[in-house]
Amino acid sequence: MGAGDPAETFRQEAQELIEQLEQALLDLEQTPTDRDLVDSAFRALHTIKGSGAMFGFEVMAAFTHHVESAFDQVRKGKLQASPPLVALALEAQDIIKSMILEPDTDYSSREKALLDELSKLVNGEGETGVPGSGGAGTPAVEAVSAPSQTQRWRINFSLARDALVMGVNPLLLLDELRSLGHCTVTALTDLIPPLAEIEAEGSYLRWDVVLTTDVPRSVIEDVFIFVQDDADLSISPIDLPGEGRLGEILVDRGAVSRLVVEAIVASRPPLGEILVEAGQVAPEVVKSALAEQKHLIREQVDSAKEAKSSASIRVPAERLDELMDRVGELVIVQARLKQLASSNGDTQFKAVAEEMERLISELRDTTMTIRMVPIGSLFSRFRRLVHDLGRDLDKKVSLVTTGEETELDKTVIERLNDPLVHLIRNSIDHGVEGAAERLAAGKSGEGEVRLEAYHSGAQVVISVKDDGRGLDRGRILAKAEENGLIPPGVKLPDDELFQLIFQPGFSTAKEVTNVSGRGVGMDVVKRGIEALRGTVDIGLRSGGGTEVTVRLPLTLAIIDGLLVRVGMGRYVIPLPTVEECVELSPQDDLRSTGRSFLNIRGELVPFVRLRDLFASPLPPDPYQKVVIVSLGDSRVGLVVDQVIGDHQTVIKSLSKLHSSLKAFSGATILGDGSVALILDVEHLIEWVMEQSDVALLEAGE
Amino acid sequence: MEVLTLGLQDDIFALGADIVREILDLVPVTEVPNAPPFVNAVINVRGRVVPLCDLRLKFGMERSPHTRDTRIVVIEVPISGEATIVGLLVDKVYEVTEIAADSIEDVPRIGLRWSPEFIRGVGKRGTDFIMVLDIEQIFATAPRSVDLTAA
Repeated sequence: MGAGDPAETFRQEAQELIEQLEQALLDLEQTPTDRDLVDSAFRALHTIKGSGAMFGFEVMAAFTHHVESAFDQVRKGKLQASPPLVALALEAQDIIKSMILEPDTDYSSREKALLDELSKLVNGEGETGVPGSGGAGTPAVEAVSAPSQTQRWRINFSLARDALVMGVNPLLLLDELRSLGHCTVTALTDLIPPLAEIEAEGSYLRWDVVLTTDVPRSVIEDVFIFVQDDADLSISPIDLPGEGRLGEILVDRGAVSRLVVEAIVASRPPLGEILVEAGQVAPEVVKSALAEQKHLIREQVDSAKEAKSSASIRVPAERLDELMDRVGELVIVQARLKQLASSNGDTQFKAVAEEMERLISELRDTTMTIRMVPIGSLFSRFRRLVHDLGRDLDKKVSLVTTGEETELDKTVIERLNDPLVHLIRNSIDHGVEGAAERLAAGKSGEGEVRLEAYHSGAQVVISVKDDGRGLDRGRILAKAEENGLIPPGVKLPDDELFQLIFQPGFSTAKEVTNVSGRGVGMDVVKRGIEALRGTVDIGLRSGGGTEVTVRLPLTLAIIDGLLVRVGMGRYVIPLPTVEECVELSPQDDLRSTGRSFLNIRGELVPFVRLRDLFASPLPPDPYQKVVIVSLGDSRVGLVVDQVIGDHQTVIKSLSKLHSSLKAFSGATILGDGSVALILDVEHLIEWVMEQSDVALLEAGE
Repeated sequence: MEVLTLGLQDDIFALGADIVREILDLVPVTEVPNAPPFVNAVINVRGRVVPLCDLRLKFGMERSPHTRDTRIVVIEVPISGEATIVGLLVDKVYEVTEIAADSIEDVPRIGLRWSPEFIRGVGKRGTDFIMVLDIEQIFATAPRSVDLTAA
């Protein structure tokens, strides 16, 4: 869209096609006989070639043609999708990609080498059409998706009078016709006799059916195979151009002569009525013809609709951002409206305000879902990475992914790519052992890297697990001492020790490989994740191997929040982290001096006074409230002066001047135009935990 | 150069008019707990959350109660390479005026009550001296905020 450079549009489209191709190829490696995958690869190649030639990528198109031809052989069963062929195709895919991204570079040598390989592979297995060099022409390969000849049929049938008694069910016949294609059925009732003469079980109806289908006439006839002896059946093709006017249809059916129709049309419509009145055709015939006309019109409308719905729209991300901004402003105005309405006695005004609130919150959700992308689109990119790494390092590694449907904001997903690439590389390079070592350790020869994603409260958790050798405490300790990260001789618990891996300049790889181990890795990962306001942890899996857990907030531009007041300040607590609100009883209040515990249904929950944290100068309200928040397994109560209510919160980021204040994830604008800060509950709890570890231990005893 | 002149306590300061976006009457101010005193608040400027800086604190003056004349000058200034909108709390705004560039003199070594690094030069208008602020320097040296979680 926009000021689209057509070549750019093609690049975007090609990107998707190349991904589709890659998926198909990687899957083919596992199941070389799957026809769907072969077709999918072939289609992708075919489309890349076709659109490429259209947008001036002739060299690429010519090259792609050869690869496509090879896959055509596979489709026809003349060639096996063997691992060498898949490997070649993957390589070819890389070349195609480069050709699209950097069309000016000279690829002829790479191209030649690959095509030679390809023709070696293909030769002997039949005629392949892989010449030595690519010309600019792109001979058309038979169109896979070209629709077969579609034809409209007019079917008119009536059953023998005693057919129903004989057990014929006309409904089944009609259903069978419907299964053949787009079908309009008209029942004609003109043969039904007066009640006095009627046979209760007789069959008096006639049916006019208009059927649009691509099956040949014989198939339609087959439908009537068991009834045709007694039935009155006629099947004739409809050869009408375009619109199909009623008059044309009637003439085509031979119901009336063209001259009559033309004369009457010249007088005036509605044609059907006039014809009936003029006694030229029976009302039933007109009715049936009208139905046929409707059928034709509907078909045109349907095909127009189809064209529309199959086309998804490409929108630049900035426009979505703009839309999000507008919705954000709308939400703020809405908050003002809500405030006005609540201080206003007019019930009609209130009703409108409530309606607005509902609509705007729906609009907000819709807008947000537009930006959400399933993480599977990211995961699928890593399959190639794992494939290539396994080959480079001579290890057998498989990638298992779960939770692909977990949705995250598009920008977050894009920025997750690099950190996850690092983590997967680390897993395969440092974690997963070579086949021999694995077998010696009693594991299967093939290593496994698991990528998992799932929702947890207001967070998305992504974990990278391997079943490799795990983390070497001794080496981490030695390295940390060597780099001066910790003083020598210090004993650290495992989790703290492992966190050292994320320190800048830390790398335990004994030698530098081209995969990882340059000492920039984990700290970059940590910074990347923290830039998304997420956290990253590393630990050992209980069954052996390493697990890295990345937690990300559902960084959406708008969240549901709980608005609270502490002293003069108003703060928003993200609603998904809130478990419940309770009153701080005077006893609990008095018993504690700094921090203490609440008894929530028999469970001890530590609480902390926000007024202390925020150094509020005002005296506390007489009845303070405790908002119980949770993150993972830890629950903490936050003591506030007042719980104001829920609030649709448009997140505005804080400037650089405040970016180091981790207790706040942003700010929002309230209905009265003032600003409220949004609490970053996770960082807040973290800090409180650190602060109160000692105090909690003492209080717990 | 075209400047906006403003008052802090009894002195007249000036900043380049090109970076000024708007001048606001006092709006409701939201305090940011644990932020450095110089930037301990945020305000709403046309739907944006903008940090509010009390210029007086940069020049060793006491925070003062707001008066009828108190204004917020909204400026755009690069902070670590990123254009940032900032509100400056000042006691008074005078006018936009022209100061001949060659009339601006270097900051005298002595005779200034405050640290000279925030002053680009001293201009004259009539009998008054005008301190031309070095806004970028003011924000470049903004102290790292107290980190609540790093305690």
